[in-house]
Amino acid sequence: MAKSIKVRASNKKGLTTVKALMSHPMKVEKKDKKTGKVTPAHFIQTVTCEHNGKAVLTAEWGAAISANPYLSFKFNGAKVGDSLKISWVDNKGENASVDAKIK
Amino acid sequence: MNSKRRTLLKGSLAAGAVGVAVSAGLLAPRTVLAAWPKSAFSAKGVDASLSELYGSGDASSSKSIKLKAPDIAENGAVVPVTVSSSIANAESISIFVAKNPQPLTSSYALGSGTEAYVATRIKMGKTSDVVAVVKAGGKLYSAQKEVKVTIGGCGG
Repeated sequence: MAKSIKVRASNKKGLTTVKALMSHPMKVEKKDKKTGKVTPAHFIQTVTCEHNGKAVLTAEWGAAISANPYLSFKFNGAKVGDSLKISWVDNKGENASVDAKIK
Repeated sequence: MNSKRRTLLKGSLAAGAVGVAVSAGLLAPRTVLAAWPKSAFSAKGVDASLSELYGSGDASSSKSIKLKAPDIAENGAVVPVTVSSSIANAESISIFVAKNPQPLTSSYALGSGTEAYVATRIKMGKTSDVVAVVKAGGKLYSAQKEVKVTIGGCGG
């Protein structure tokens, strides 16, 4: 599984718009009708977005978020060139994070 | 080195990261105590889930919340949803799908400078109301919209 997060953050008149795309299977717990085999759930639980070390958005997700999740939000108080850190942790303890520059 | 030990290591690492965030005063206490609100995510029914998440199931309908979702979603596995609100001092936004086995899809804690705006993509099992709840000043406000689903996204 590729653990990558794509981020685009653009600043317009002080308002920063962040768009992030993560690659993750986001599986719901499923039981096979024929074999009775249960596929365990596998999904991102927490996504944290930090600007200069300050949390701007903390998302708590269930398995009902689509595979390869997309997240977009807006916040004030950032400048062009500032760094933005986005990280996630899933229910198996796997995690990923990325640092992006605000353009 | 067995698998349990790996899990333990990973767990303690994650806890450490949260600890650092707490000591720096980054996270609101609520977010820290309920690391991941399992009971809210496993609750059945929007009201039950709301009470687990915010401690109160009473949300008043508000026109200040804009919930953007398609009228008809051909594929229930990917339904784009955008929630924005003009309510001042919004602290938290959450998105529910009333008829999903577990209605709570996601909950977002907003920082002080963060706009009340969140866009994401959710899964829907069948035609249902999508409910957006915004918490501001200790009160809950909600908006809902019906989305028709032609192919469900929770079975596969």
